[in-house]
Amino acid sequence: MEPISTVAGIGVPLQRSNVDTDQIIPAQFLKRVTKTGFDDALFYGWRQDPDFVLNREPYRVEQPGTETRILIAGPDFGTGSSREHAVWALRDYGFAAVLSSRFGDIFRGNSGKQGLLAAQLSEKDIETIWLIVDEHPGIAVSVDLVAKTVTVGTASFPFEIDDYTRWRLLEGLDDIGLTLRDENHITEFESRRESWRPTTLPAR
Amino acid sequence: MTEAARPRTLAEKVWDDHLVVKGENGSPDLIYIDLHLVHEVTSPQAFDGLRMAGRPVRRPDLTIATEDHNTPTLLIDRPIADPISRTQIETLRTNAQEFGIRLHSLGDIEQGIVHVVGPQLGLTMPGITVVCGDSHTSTHGAFGAMAFGIGTSEVEHVLATQTLPLKPFKTMAITVEGTLKPGVTAKDIILAVIAKIGTGGGQGYVLEYRGSAIRSLSMEGRMTICNMSIEAGARAGMVAPDQTTYDYLKGRPHAPQGAEWDAAVAYWNTLATDDDAVFDAEVFLDADELEPFVTWGTNPGQGVSLNDSVPDPAAFDDPNDRAAAERALEYMDLTAGTPMKEIPVDAVFMGSCTNSRIEDLRAFAEIIKGRKKADNVRVMVVPGSARVRIEAEAEGIDKIVEEFGAEWRFAGCSMCLGMNPDQLAPGERCASTSNRNFEGRQGKGGRTHLVSPVVAAATAIRGTLSSPADLSVEVSA
Repeated sequence: MEPISTVAGIGVPLQRSNVDTDQIIPAQFLKRVTKTGFDDALFYGWRQDPDFVLNREPYRVEQPGTETRILIAGPDFGTGSSREHAVWALRDYGFAAVLSSRFGDIFRGNSGKQGLLAAQLSEKDIETIWLIVDEHPGIAVSVDLVAKTVTVGTASFPFEIDDYTRWRLLEGLDDIGLTLRDENHITEFESRRESWRPTTLPAR
Repeated sequence: MTEAARPRTLAEKVWDDHLVVKGENGSPDLIYIDLHLVHEVTSPQAFDGLRMAGRPVRRPDLTIATEDHNTPTLLIDRPIADPISRTQIETLRTNAQEFGIRLHSLGDIEQGIVHVVGPQLGLTMPGITVVCGDSHTSTHGAFGAMAFGIGTSEVEHVLATQTLPLKPFKTMAITVEGTLKPGVTAKDIILAVIAKIGTGGGQGYVLEYRGSAIRSLSMEGRMTICNMSIEAGARAGMVAPDQTTYDYLKGRPHAPQGAEWDAAVAYWNTLATDDDAVFDAEVFLDADELEPFVTWGTNPGQGVSLNDSVPDPAAFDDPNDRAAAERALEYMDLTAGTPMKEIPVDAVFMGSCTNSRIEDLRAFAEIIKGRKKADNVRVMVVPGSARVRIEAEAEGIDKIVEEFGAEWRFAGCSMCLGMNPDQLAPGERCASTSNRNFEGRQGKGGRTHLVSPVVAAATAIRGTLSSPADLSVEVSA
């Protein structure tokens, strides 16, 4: 994974709460076996509406993946299904960060694994950013992972992200590689695992 | 006080017993995973990752795969018609073979919804950790296991290392005391819990369901409740193991036997939350007061008693809740003030990892037996696994379903998420025993009301949202 320190792009206001991962990417697109190429599926249902924010200038991305966008969402973003495809679709479209006052736990974890910044701000600050973006459509939003601040124009807002995820993103570290440094501990744990615990093989 | 003497909750005990490395300086703990369930939708990219890195599956013997999300529930002996679905299923078969993983394919007697198959085989047991690339993995917490859904990157991580780096969860007690009225079920308890704490109320927590109403539930009922923990934002929900748990588990194919069984039970009996343990949050619910519950909106927290009416968005104090309610009523094509029981449906779906076990099918069948479904209502009954289907057929439930005018299908996730051909048409309204009423969940433009199996049955008979109590009035009149 590439190290990430600051991402910036046009702020896209999504003034809805409880945006579940079924809305971010409907199940019909989960049949693909690849990890990329999901930009067309992002918010598929809502994008059928010409007034949806991603269908409007200056938020729309003509060629997904060529421009960076920052999503400014209502509370409880990414609830529901564990589908990591939601993160892949946001990333493929061009989103480098999502700002919300509350994230679904699994979505937040998935974002951290894939280098999508899930930055948690207060609900009040999200509303302030919505107001700024409303007055200045197309204004750039910058997310600084080192300072843990979001900057919009001259205004700055603190955000929360867990320290371990932040460190991993700043360093661009691979989770599996990190864990395998502790392989001797895993082997030791396995040596004392009780025999009543389940095994799937041989099948009974 | 020593660490061992500190009073702990069920969740903390299971966590502590799976610590491979204790995280320091803000690092997560490394937690061992006892059982990894795999299905076709969230695994292909994980296996690809292993291949690219040249990594094997560390413990194929702690891993099991089944085909469920994408599989058809009709004509299962023919090739899958949708080429993309077929490719995904074939990819799982190839991966299972290449990496040495046990797979139960469509047509196999152990095939079915992953969260029905694990408990049915006796692989799900108290005091273990269970993960799957599916948010409804919380189901397995009904046994006193720590079970939660993970993303595809984490699936790859578990395949490669049999562990996950995790920050400890907070704990929340959901205490339900009292006795449920006839016709009120586990599904109504969990829908009421979600309506009470909201879709984000459980975020960051493991929920522990406690109290006399929970203790008196069957394992199927406990699974229904734990299943929907994620709908309250919690990754995991748990119930302490007791005699009900042991009676369900004993004798199943992978349950411990002989001396191992005794050793396991001795350990499982130590898992219950200590009397003086402290939860980070507590919620109380009175079972005596509960009525059958139903959702009116587009998230599982938007629910009311079946005797109530569609709420007025103006009645919500929080502006986000108000805006969400307005949007939901528009999507659901409902008017504030309409009694829930006056809402007609086009379809009834009886199935999903929430409510497709044998007890659910029995409860549904008992109500429809000898009756005919309402005209113009399409009714689909989808058992949770091939074994559940066989068991139901041995009891004659298939005949009852067919004589009622409903469709008796093969096992799978089916219309819960409509990845296969089982979908609602745009604008169709469905009473569904599944877990999510999100926009388009059961098919683009489809409208979902979440209900229990007995409410689904009564609704299928009357054609409008109904409780079983509404039927007895008709019969006696």
